[in-house]
Amino acid sequence: MSTGHGANAVMTKPGSGRAATHRKSWWVAVAVRLMGAVIALWLVATLAFVVLQALPGGPAEAALGGPGSQASAEALQAAREQYGLDRPVLVQYGHFLGQLMQGDLGTSYSQKKPVADVMGPLLAPTLTLAVWALLAAWVLALMTAMVATGSSRVAARLASALELVASVLPGFWLAAVLIIVFATQLGWFPPVSTGTARGLVLPVLALAIPLAGYLSQTMREGMLNALASPYALAARTRGESPWGLRVRHALRHGLVPGINLSGWAFGYLISGAVVIETVFARPGLGRALLTAVTGRDVPLVLGVTLASALGYVLVTIAADALVRLVDRRAA
Amino acid sequence: MSQNPTFDAAGPGPLPHGRVAGGNGGAGHGISRILRRIATAALALCAALILLAALWPQLLAPADPLAINPSSAFRTPGGEHLFGTDESGRDLYTRVVHGARSSVLIGVASTLIGVGLGAVLGLITGLGGRLLDAAGSRLVDAMLAFPTLLLALLLIAVRGPGIATVIVAVGLSSAPGYARLLRSEVRRASRSGHVEAARMLGKSPARIVAVHILPGAVGPLLAVATLGVGQAIVWASALGYLGLGAPPPAPEWGAMLNAGRTYIGSGWWMTVFPGLAIVAVGIVVTLLGRRLSARWAGRGAA
Repeated sequence: MSTGHGANAVMTKPGSGRAATHRKSWWVAVAVRLMGAVIALWLVATLAFVVLQALPGGPAEAALGGPGSQASAEALQAAREQYGLDRPVLVQYGHFLGQLMQGDLGTSYSQKKPVADVMGPLLAPTLTLAVWALLAAWVLALMTAMVATGSSRVAARLASALELVASVLPGFWLAAVLIIVFATQLGWFPPVSTGTARGLVLPVLALAIPLAGYLSQTMREGMLNALASPYALAARTRGESPWGLRVRHALRHGLVPGINLSGWAFGYLISGAVVIETVFARPGLGRALLTAVTGRDVPLVLGVTLASALGYVLVTIAADALVRLVDRRAA
Repeated sequence: MSQNPTFDAAGPGPLPHGRVAGGNGGAGHGISRILRRIATAALALCAALILLAALWPQLLAPADPLAINPSSAFRTPGGEHLFGTDESGRDLYTRVVHGARSSVLIGVASTLIGVGLGAVLGLITGLGGRLLDAAGSRLVDAMLAFPTLLLALLLIAVRGPGIATVIVAVGLSSAPGYARLLRSEVRRASRSGHVEAARMLGKSPARIVAVHILPGAVGPLLAVATLGVGQAIVWASALGYLGLGAPPPAPEWGAMLNAGRTYIGSGWWMTVFPGLAIVAVGIVVTLLGRRLSARWAGRGAA
């Protein structure tokens, strides 16, 4: 990092001023985060490998259908050789990591296809659901935050009550209630996913509302802190309107904690997708994960887990970078 | 991986603060004071009811939750059956009340596991040197990268479904949050100089922890753990809903919702009432956690 700010102001080198320092430190911070992310991913992969080894009966038995398959000794030995399970553990570990880096996630026990092939076509529906849910949650949270922050005590209490209920709602119950009300009784939307836009509304809502509750709480706290600051008072005395103040000053302070929440939000969306896809019978990674779990198809489970860990890491890095852009003070 | 200190144990549950909650720490006068007192009393009453349902369900619902009575299946709520009956004629009110036990059990047990593991990790990273701190924090970050449900599913894929696996899974996934909390508590205590002085005097680490760090940490920890119990109960019911928790015909709320899924068109009460129970417990526990953390406000923000 550059050194030339402050004392030797007379002969400052180009590229060592405040703005340049900020830009450099932004890149450095992102690089540090990336390194930390790589380490975290490696830890997750190692954990995944340990889990594979810890299977009761060994992975060979699971490959043949689990403890109930009563496989013969020859079949077990053949499976061991086929999956390379008779080599020393460290060799297997190295092989495992090497495969991972080439994008090979192993072969699914139940579907006998490479895990990546199984997961590929399921990625799009789950991503669609997750992205729409995230957007909807942000829209709902922003609306609540903008409307309910500020002078009215009643609005604040109402908003925080709504947020509390929303954040405590179990996703699957919300989905069921939405189905009962909007699909069965009113008939506005289909109770199971039909591949149309109409069939997307209820699943997205069920996934988005709890998230909106959390987001709204976080954002409102940031905004209220900002509105209580001396800066806000000074701006008001300068004649700034309440709305202008909210948009220009408070909103930025509300956005930052909201963006920070994205890492957790991603994890929530993945978990929620499992449940929502099950309830609405949507195709997707979530439902595949559940089937893999009940079928003890460990490579598939691990594949989805690793993909989600990768996604979490990427989202967190992006969120950190975004925060540093939005709020220069956080840099 | 962001260093946001407001994340609590099991996810960024409703944040502990007075402002957004619309309260002002009871500093109002007259009517609002009285209303606050009533609200606190109501909250305590609800919490007591939940505990009662978990420990002595017979007091609130004397009937047998497993008693099948096919002739009275699918009764609507009202009259003899307050919440109606399910597909085998079992009284839903009784099953909902008895279901509190497994939910509370899972919630408390997994929170204990999470707090224990998280405290150990947090103390190690907080008290250890630079290297230990860096390594431990990376480990905590890696654990945070696992969404709770995913970790639970992973464990269930390996060990099979069941209550014990659910407890361990939910506990493990809440541990990193507590680890972060403990670590920031240790940092905060260190800044006060007591820890430094005790170290120089040669006190053992165990004594330092017990005397200087733990007393201050108990408050925020209790508040966050209360929220964590609520979250754990919701996660446990989610796993029960997916059929991965206690096997039927156990009266577990999530499993009851799963059963009600088939009859969602005809028997809405089978879905609504168990779910309301989950939401009610979640709200009560969350509000309790908020009260507790408002008591210790401003200290956990290290």
